[in-house]
Amino acid sequence: MHEVSICEGILGVIEDQARTLGFTAVRRITLEIGAFSGVEQAALRFGFDAVMRGSVAEGALLEIIDLPGRARCYDCEDVVDIMDRLACCPRCGGERLLPEGGGEMRIKDMEVV
Amino acid sequence: MCTVCGCSGTVTFDAASGQSHSHSHAGAHSQTHDHLHFGMGAAGVSVPGLSQARIIAVETDILSKNNGFAAANRRVLQAMGAYAVNLVSSPGSGKTTLLCRTIQMLGAAPLAVIEGDQQTSNDAERIRATGALAIQINTGKGCHLDAEMVGHAMGHLALKPASFLFIENVGNLVCPAAFDLGEDAKVAILSVTEGEDKPLKYPDMFTASKLAILNKTDLAPHCDADLAAYEANLRRINPKIDILRVSARSGEGMAQWVDWLRARHMEKTLGRPVAQMHGTGKTS
Repeated sequence: MHEVSICEGILGVIEDQARTLGFTAVRRITLEIGAFSGVEQAALRFGFDAVMRGSVAEGALLEIIDLPGRARCYDCEDVVDIMDRLACCPRCGGERLLPEGGGEMRIKDMEVV
Repeated sequence: MCTVCGCSGTVTFDAASGQSHSHSHAGAHSQTHDHLHFGMGAAGVSVPGLSQARIIAVETDILSKNNGFAAANRRVLQAMGAYAVNLVSSPGSGKTTLLCRTIQMLGAAPLAVIEGDQQTSNDAERIRATGALAIQINTGKGCHLDAEMVGHAMGHLALKPASFLFIENVGNLVCPAAFDLGEDAKVAILSVTEGEDKPLKYPDMFTASKLAILNKTDLAPHCDADLAAYEANLRRINPKIDILRVSARSGEGMAQWVDWLRARHMEKTLGRPVAQMHGTGKTS
């Protein structure tokens, strides 16, 4: 979707944390990315290396934890896990599902020195 | 910065005066009234560390900076009793024509417009021709408005209390869905020439929107548009979405749209739901 902007956002958080906590390099960073976040992971990895260059996170290992998509079915009113935005309800086959989770784009933790 | 290709385009403002402006590529935000620059990327410095590695819990949203600016915009709007609408659509769906007609129909109601485009101040000039207050944001290579840009634009608009603020986003059905500007509602405009399956192709934007305006309905008979199929696909993606059939050209549905705006603004002011004169065709 806009993976380089997302990487700029990650760098902004890293730089804030580096100022506050006084670390000088990031070795590994772990993200949590929801199935409905719109993030293309290959593009994110490509953008990550480019955007982190020259920063405290240059060369850092990028780990991504996938979070499932959760949606409320407006036919059976159940909340179900789906991985595809256009999937039908696995319980009743209904097609009207509104996401309630899976939009996450979060930095979970970092290994720093 | 363009969020797809990542090039750091310069973002400029053309202020409410409507006068042409010259660029002074000074770097950070200039303090002059009629011109602001964005898109200057931060550059960190790599310093090899000597201390031992440690794990720190961050648990922070990646877009937290944007969300912070959006929250600040929302506080300003709340304090002024203003209601802000973020108009999102493909390029060419008729956003500016719809806005010009909306401004005429709102009559004496206080309002202001923030126009977002990659280049030109054509749209802001069209809005100013109606007599309304408008400011143009040029995003350069950027494909969406962000909350910081909108906050600066709000600072340059002499927004009156209890105003409507219309933010016309860059024509793009993808990226603007993720960027909260501090608005009260995203309104998606979908013209009937775009294809009935567009909500299925670009679900994020229609999921994020409170209202979808099915625009250019006067063209529907000429291009075999199936309006019921548009509506079914919108409700498949977002069962809670309000839908209005509108033609900004013929005026069809414009009264319902203006009613929708007034009802939402009143709800915000009163803090409770308000019935509106015309329905939005919601079935459940």
